[in-house]
Amino acid sequence: MANKSVWSDNRFWQRTATWVTGFASILLIWLTFDTSAQIAMGNDQDLQNKVTKRVPGPTVINYKITYEMSAKRGHEVPVIGEKEKFFGRDDYSEEEAGALLHLGKLGSQAKNCMDCHTLLGNGAYYAPDLTKAWLDPAWGPDGAMQALTGKSTKEEAMAEFLQHPDQYPTHARMMPDLGITAKEAKGLVAFLKHMSSIDTNGFPRNFGKIKGAVHGK
Amino acid sequence: MASKYLTGAGSESKQLATWYFTFAAIIFGAQLLFGLVAAIQYVMPGFLYGVLDFSIARIIHINALVVWMVFAMFGSVYWLLPDETGIETVGIKIGKLLFWIFAAAIVVVVLVYLFIQVGPADATTIWFITEGREYIEAPRWADWGIVVVALGFVGNLFLTGMKGKQTGIVTVLMADMIAFAGLYLAGMFFTDNISVDQYWWWWVIHLWVEATWEVFVGAIAAYALITMIGAHRKVVEMWLWIEVAMLFGSGILGLGHHYFWIGTPEYWWEIGALFSALEPLPLVAMFIHVLYDWGKETGIQIAEGSEGHSITGHTVNNKPAFTWVVLNAFGNFLGAGIWGFFHTLPQVNLYTHGTQFTSAHGHLAFFGAYATILIGMMYIAVQGTNGIKVLKNTKASIWAVSMITSGVVGMGIALTIAGYVQVLVSRAQMGATWAAYFDGQSGMWFSQAMDWRLIMGTVTFLGFIFLAKDLLTTGKNPVHER
Repeated sequence: MANKSVWSDNRFWQRTATWVTGFASILLIWLTFDTSAQIAMGNDQDLQNKVTKRVPGPTVINYKITYEMSAKRGHEVPVIGEKEKFFGRDDYSEEEAGALLHLGKLGSQAKNCMDCHTLLGNGAYYAPDLTKAWLDPAWGPDGAMQALTGKSTKEEAMAEFLQHPDQYPTHARMMPDLGITAKEAKGLVAFLKHMSSIDTNGFPRNFGKIKGAVHGK
Repeated sequence: MASKYLTGAGSESKQLATWYFTFAAIIFGAQLLFGLVAAIQYVMPGFLYGVLDFSIARIIHINALVVWMVFAMFGSVYWLLPDETGIETVGIKIGKLLFWIFAAAIVVVVLVYLFIQVGPADATTIWFITEGREYIEAPRWADWGIVVVALGFVGNLFLTGMKGKQTGIVTVLMADMIAFAGLYLAGMFFTDNISVDQYWWWWVIHLWVEATWEVFVGAIAAYALITMIGAHRKVVEMWLWIEVAMLFGSGILGLGHHYFWIGTPEYWWEIGALFSALEPLPLVAMFIHVLYDWGKETGIQIAEGSEGHSITGHTVNNKPAFTWVVLNAFGNFLGAGIWGFFHTLPQVNLYTHGTQFTSAHGHLAFFGAYATILIGMMYIAVQGTNGIKVLKNTKASIWAVSMITSGVVGMGIALTIAGYVQVLVSRAQMGATWAAYFDGQSGMWFSQAMDWRLIMGTVTFLGFIFLAKDLLTTGKNPVHER
């Protein structure tokens, strides 16, 4: 090190490292404040006043949710429509809906859902993604699952499947019986319906749209 | 002089390090074993169905991965601390006590995963069975235990660092380990809002793996180079600071690439794309740095003769460790850099997110960036513990490195092909529904890729047996120069 150059000076690089790290950390903290405000859960008032939230309040289970292309944003977004019955009711209070969502989210962790499924695309890849599972045509009026479980609504079919998954095999890779009770199943379905209303910037793309593509329809 | 780095005799810190390495190696074996169970289940879905389901095999597979790496990291620090600071680790008794608490807690957690598995949807499950959050499933009681153990470890590192000599390596480790311990707290709460949940969850997962762990690797790579080839501290530490600047500069905001689809605002697309595209750069730098220093040091030693630098005339005093460290430079660049980069842009990630692509990247990156260098540190420890001047390659060490590496690379390629099928069939063509998912899974390319993953996983496991044999027999093996 005969020629003293700043480029081979440890003190210079040490200071650079400190400044760069500090700057990146401060930027991250600042962005975190902004994001936290944007992803905070909405409430019942927002839903009644048609205020769009990235993560709507739990009473979103009282409404019909669809997933539609937004020309403005260039990708699919959840659309919250008119009232829709959920287990026979469309008047869940903030508290009731909140309690169901709490039970469902807790249940999703207690049963390790993420170690087979992906939620918001995160988790394991052994079973289908659940981000928009509530909107999956398989559970709809023309889907296979209502007939298979002998139920007449989407939520009842889902709840029945969750309680006895081993009785309704859809693939050689079967979901095991995780001892999910009727109450827990109701909570889990509420959690899935709520998750489908989260604005995920268009993920998953083309969800359920190209049903017949492979058969040339 | 390299000699003072070679002996572990009489150093309690180094003795403690060997405890950590031993436990790490056992858990590493468990990781591979449960990975095999999960791989078999992809090929034969009925295997252990209802007894040890995929979810449980996978929990143990990924949690064991994290735990063995954390153990080996703690071990590495306890190993290098006396050499770097010039003094014995300060709170060695507490360090030993914490080791037993940590190891016992891990055993209890694993037994609960195996035999209780899931619980009712209430807080008792979160506290005592599982938190059900990928990678950090450990129940809440264990979380607090981990915090206590981590604080004890960081305390030991700081007390020793303050009292002894503060080299660049020790300074980096001190800053890095406090961030490492602190970030764990971001994963210790429950919320009904899954977007908020995932936002903070990534603070633990990403900021560990793509920031603090990477910097940790830079620090121990610096130590390993000084130890194995007698590289000049000044040059190595300069590179270390450059790496810290680049790794934290890209990795902290690179967090954005996990915020594309979880309910977070769109500006993360640009931030995530830009900074995660920069993330491979320090890995290239690390790669060049290892080869450059190696060439430079060798040149100096040849010019000066065998006197001065190497006491024995050998430039590399630990062949297997050196092999693993060079593999680290390659593997980090390939697995974390290339495989990470090619699905990091939001336009691509929209289709690849949550497919076997992620799994391919995960296998190659964890192996390339972390497993390799931690195995290298294990070799440095067996060399020191047994007072070996030059640790040579044996048949077992060559079989170990060849089989483990080709096994993991093979798995990575198989999973990449599987990911392709998923992207084309499940995502692009069929639209990501339940039925679309199983259409993708039933494809011939997909199922054959899964057969290959299992075969390559088996090769990896056999390689691990050679590795264990080699590490266990080094002490008595007469081929090494003592």
